[in-house]
Parts: sequence; structure tokens; C-alpha cells
Amino acid sequence: MAVPRFWREIPNRYNLVGARCGNCNKVLFPPRYICPYCRRMGKLEPYRLKRRGKVLSYTVVHIAANGFEDQAPYLLAIIELEDGPRLTAQITDCNPDEIKIGDEVEMIFRRMGEESQDGVIYYGFKARRI
Amino acid sequence: MDVGIVGYGVYIPWYRIRVEEIAKVWGDDPENIKRGLLVEEKSVPGPDEDTATIAVEAARNAVKQAGIDPQGIGAIYVGSESHPYAVKPTATIVAEAIEATPDLTAADYEFACKAGTAGIQTCMGAVEAGMIKYGMAIGSDTAQGAPGDPLEYTAAAGGCAFIVGKNGSETLATIDDTYSYTTDTPDFWRRDMRPYPKHGGRFTGKPAYFKHVLSAANGLLRKLQLTPQDFAYVVFHQPNGKFPMHAAEELGFSKEQVVPGLLAPKIGNTYSGSAMMGLAAVLDQAKPGERILVVSYGSGAGSDAFSIVVRDTIEKKRNAAPKVLDYVNRKVNIDYAAYVKFRRLLVK
Repeated sequence: MAVPRFWREIPNRYNLVGARCGNCNKVLFPPRYICPYCRRMGKLEPYRLKRRGKVLSYTVVHIAANGFEDQAPYLLAIIELEDGPRLTAQITDCNPDEIKIGDEVEMIFRRMGEESQDGVIYYGFKARRI
Repeated sequence: MDVGIVGYGVYIPWYRIRVEEIAKVWGDDPENIKRGLLVEEKSVPGPDEDTATIAVEAARNAVKQAGIDPQGIGAIYVGSESHPYAVKPTATIVAEAIEATPDLTAADYEFACKAGTAGIQTCMGAVEAGMIKYGMAIGSDTAQGAPGDPLEYTAAAGGCAFIVGKNGSETLATIDDTYSYTTDTPDFWRRDMRPYPKHGGRFTGKPAYFKHVLSAANGLLRKLQLTPQDFAYVVFHQPNGKFPMHAAEELGFSKEQVVPGLLAPKIGNTYSGSAMMGLAAVLDQAKPGERILVVSYGSGAGSDAFSIVVRDTIEKKRNAAPKVLDYVNRKVNIDYAAYVKFRRLLVK
């Protein structure tokens, strides 16, 4: 990932800043420029989502993605946030056999990867069971 | 001084490694080590944790407990000897992650294990001078001990954040005064580009830790004309469980005054977080009106001493975020193999 792209997404990645439509009140994450429900009637504004949610579904990853080899087997889940949006996130600090669908989670701040040993470090959100 | 603590927050990683696990690898007698250091196990950062992530969790807990708008924070100082970057501040990452940007000043501090309390002093000065409304000082570390070095038994990970503000209805404790004692004492160091610190073995004791801790404590007691009997609790930097107990005894404090803030036996030495987290553990249980003496220590070497008096507001605030003991008890033990993998000594 290029440094400027990571930098542009810092509000979303660090603080779950999405968008809320002033017309239909729907919360969107990641943020969009146009409300998919109201189209040109939509009035999108930045909105910080609450860091709480629950596990809608999950999988245990044994064949890790690049940069995640040291963490396998790890949990990848679809989290439904209290504000509505669903997002894909890793569940950290959890044994893979202890997670259940419906578990309450909080979104926390973790290291997501690094460009290289000399490159920038990417931080972002992961989920942790409450 | 007319400043106090508006909120505090801590974070300790989930993983622990017991002394037995490390001793088994190096052929040491675990009972001997546990008796000598008064440490049973230490915290270990997960593979996706570093000083910045630990600092952010502690800082978010502090903001939650303080109940303030993070936009009111005018300064953030992160003290650590394990900043993730050599050049690029941890403090800006924290500031962004707690939504305190952009109208603030921020910097990283480095003074072995006392960089966090140096940050508290900077915040006290800036608040007292009216430069800022709130200042946040963080001590956070993922300390490293070379494999086989006695440090490996204690070098742990954790962080603690304090928000300093003017005394008033928001402050949960008043910081009466501070006193520092500093000399050039090379007891522990890490050269540039080197992964592990070196230390002077027994030299880290009497001429280093004890000289500075005792001098700073005595200096503050003299300045405020107080005696150990005026304090309900005392907290020292905790390179192990034994040094703080000895320091307390030397100064005339009882075991009961030290134990509530003594965390090293269960989590090891969290470096910049150590004395600050001991203070947080005491604040978690202290009653309004009680006085606390805190003395940090950073190799190289120096000590910062603080006299703190708990206020009524503590009862309202302290349940708003997880307490130190919540984190101490939330744990899973790992073996040495997982430990070296997490510390990135074994890479696939």
C-alpha cells in the first residue's frame, strides 16, 4: 500500500470514521461520497462509529495472507457494528476454538503490517472479544 | 502546585510467560530466580502489538475515565525506550487515535524507565503556566532482554496514561509537588542500531537504582516536610519485585504501604509504564484524602518523585474504564517457543 493511501485512510482505520446520511440517517462504512440509498438527495457527513459490535460470521485462516504468517491460525470475522455497518476484521487476543457467532466485540487499535523493514508501519482496527 | 490528575488509563497485553518457561531453556533454577527477583511471570506483547498500540489503548482508557473532550488536550508526550520508529513520533499516532489532533503539541520522550514521569512533569509545568488545558503523559514499552540475559525474566510490556489538568472539580487527585534527582550513571544502556540493552549487573543496584530513588524520595519529603507516616501508599519503579521492597524499608515505609502498588511479581517490569501503573493500581483502590508517594527511576540515571493526594472525584471516575487488576487477571500463559515467535526472533 502506498504511504499517501494509508495516510488518507487514517481516520477510517484508527477511529472508524465513516459517513452518515443526513437524509435517510443510514451509517456507511467505509465512508462514501454519495448515499447509495438517497442518491442525489443524500447529505453525507463524517460520522465516527461506536467501537462495539458482534460476530456475524467467522473463519479460521490456516494459510495466512502475506505478512500474517506468524499469526496463523488466526480468526477473520464479519463484524456487525452497533451502528449498523458490517466490516471484515481480524479477531485478536483469542484462541480460534473459543469464538462463537454472536460474541460481543470491541474494535481496538493494532498493528496491521508494515511496508518492509525500512517502510512505514500500518495501524488499524481489529476486533477483541469483550 | 495547583495541578492534578483528571484521568488515567492502563493497558497490559494478554500474554504471559512464567519464570519456569524461561529458566528451563537456559538451565537456571526457577525457584532461585523467583526468590531473587520476586517475579513469577511477565507480560508479553502479541505479534500485532507495539509501544504505539499499547499507548493508544491506555490513552483511550484515560480519556474515557476522565470524561473529557480529547480536543481539550493541548500536549501529548509518550515516554518509551521501545518506540516503533527511530524517527517518527509515537505521540502523533496516539494523538490521532484519540482524536486530539490537530491543535496540540506532541513529542516522544526517552529516559529509560522514567520517560513517562518526565512527561507528567512537562504537562504539570504547561498546565500550571496556562499554556494548555490538559496534558497527557504516557509511559509505554515493549521491553526486550537478550536471550539468556537475566533481564529476559523481567523485561515486559504495558502502558499507562495520565491526563493532567488544573485542580478543580474534574481532578481525581492533586499533584502537590515533584522533585527530581539526576546524575550521569551508566548502569544500563542500548547503543544505536542494537536490539538489546546492556547493563552493569550488580552496579544497577546501589549506585544506580537505590541512590536515585532514595535521594529523590528524601528530597521530596524534605521539601514538603513530610514523613513516611504521612503517606497511605508508596510506589516505586519496579525493575523486579525486590528492589521496591528494599527501597521502602530503607526509607521507613511498611510492607502494607508498598504492596498495593507492586505489580512486578505478576507482570514483570513494564519499563516506562512501571511506576505509573503502580500509581494507577493504588488510585484504583485509594480513598479520598489519602496521600501517595510515587518515585520513578530511569537508568542513566534519574528519579522523579511526586506527592499525590486523592480527592472525592475519584469515586465517580474510577469505574469508567478497566482497572489495573482487570488487566493483570486477564491473561493466557504461553511457552518459550511462542514467546520467541511473538518477539520476532523466529520468523517464517
